[in-house]
Amino acid sequence: MRMPKERFEDSLNKLEKIVSKLEEGDIPLEESLKLFEEGIRLSRLCNQKLDEAEKKVEILLKGKNGVLKPNPFDTSINSGKTPLDDPEKEGEE
Amino acid sequence: MEFPFRYILTVSELTQEIKDILEDKFPEVWVEGEISNLRVPPSGHIYFTLKDDFSQIRAVLFKMQARNLRFLPEDGLHIICRGRVSLYEKRGDYQLILESIEPKGIGAFQLAFLQLKERLEKEGLFDAANKKPIPMIPQKIGIVTSPTGAVIQDILRILERRFENLHILLYPVRVQGEGAFSELAEGIKYFNKFTDVDVIIIGRGGGSLEDLWAFNEEGLARAIYHSKIPIISAVGHETDYTIADFVADLRAPTPSAAAELVVRDKREIKNTLHYLEGRLEYQMIQILKGYQTDLSHLRKIIKEPGKKIEEHFLRVDDLFNRLRLLFSWTFKRRREKCLHLSESLLLRNPIQRVKNLRLFISEAKKRVGKNINYSIEIQRQRIGGLLGKIDSLSPLSILQRGYSITRKHPSLQILRDASTVKEGDKVEVKLFRGTLLCGVEKTEKS
Repeated sequence: MRMPKERFEDSLNKLEKIVSKLEEGDIPLEESLKLFEEGIRLSRLCNQKLDEAEKKVEILLKGKNGVLKPNPFDTSINSGKTPLDDPEKEGEE
Repeated sequence: MEFPFRYILTVSELTQEIKDILEDKFPEVWVEGEISNLRVPPSGHIYFTLKDDFSQIRAVLFKMQARNLRFLPEDGLHIICRGRVSLYEKRGDYQLILESIEPKGIGAFQLAFLQLKERLEKEGLFDAANKKPIPMIPQKIGIVTSPTGAVIQDILRILERRFENLHILLYPVRVQGEGAFSELAEGIKYFNKFTDVDVIIIGRGGGSLEDLWAFNEEGLARAIYHSKIPIISAVGHETDYTIADFVADLRAPTPSAAAELVVRDKREIKNTLHYLEGRLEYQMIQILKGYQTDLSHLRKIIKEPGKKIEEHFLRVDDLFNRLRLLFSWTFKRRREKCLHLSESLLLRNPIQRVKNLRLFISEAKKRVGKNINYSIEIQRQRIGGLLGKIDSLSPLSILQRGYSITRKHPSLQILRDASTVKEGDKVEVKLFRGTLLCGVEKTEKS
């Protein structure tokens, strides 16, 4: 699962390299076209990746059987739950 | 103390007495000195000699009490101890049995921090080579921190602002107090084992060294080091550095800073992409334009083959037509000439000519025939006449008349003049009948 996400940087780097290469010039026409197509593909891919992730904010809490499970975390309210002990409230900013 | 008679003590008795005195006198003392000859046998009890410039005393910190030590005692360390004096009968040593020791001049926490930092650094836990890169677009972020307080709120708010579609998973923990470091370590292990988050943020707000102590614990440091998922540490204020900060793959000066480091602003990235696409397109267009210019330039120089072929077609047809016209005209002319010539030829037909001539001849013959008899008569008469003349003129007739031809002999030169001969010459005289050969007797001029 981690591989496709790491590829974002690679895709972006490749795209930048392609743009530089085309701007340098001195490339035969066919290769230019191939690079161009690849560049556009990479750009679309990157855009896609940016919008891919799903928005979710969750907190892990122990369920009935003692196993931790994600639960929706309401950021507007301080949910004082921890799976293990009572929350330590002192000394925190 | 006086003895009424000599009372002989055993060693043990004496020792016991001394021990009592010591223990009574020093049930609790605070002593300051330098550690030397430190020994920690497997039992876990810490034995050392506490000394100053002039004196020394044996000391021991039993395992029970040693457990609470935050720092490692070292030779040369100046400490302040609290304990009692006692005596170890077996060896006859008096010693300090210590309750607690503290480093002098520096907090225990601080010392512990420095010692651990040095030790872990030597082990290589802080090495840059081990640090994993933080993914540019983490789609799932794990956070290990307190679920209450401003820290998590700040982080979430900033993340939301920069990149709205993120999946965030919070592992709630205590961030200070006894055992807090275990919870933190557990959070990291949990994320590694059961989830596929791309990056972990651990952190807490500011506080004293003691408050932050969980993040200086070795257990947490090792958990961070062994994490396969990159970790961003975000502890306290900018100036606070904890062991966790050194081991982590990236240190954020504050939790809010961590939120900004963990993900780039989405709009910013989109702008970059947009910009790159723009350059890409622009460049491609330039390249194509360049080729187009070349192409049309070349086109001007070289005519299209299609066009050229058409031109050739036209030319060939044109030439063909002209040829054809030329040919037929020439042909016609020749034909005419031929006809003309053959007509002329016919006119000059030799057969015809012969015929004509024959006709002419026969005509002429006829005419000649007519005239010929007439002419013959006339010619006859003429001839007769001429013959008559000839006769008359003929020497023979002359001879007939009695003349003679005298000729010189033998030259036969006809003589007309008597002087041409002399006496004695022979002459030939031709008569009408016969010839005389005479000699000259005499010549006379007339």
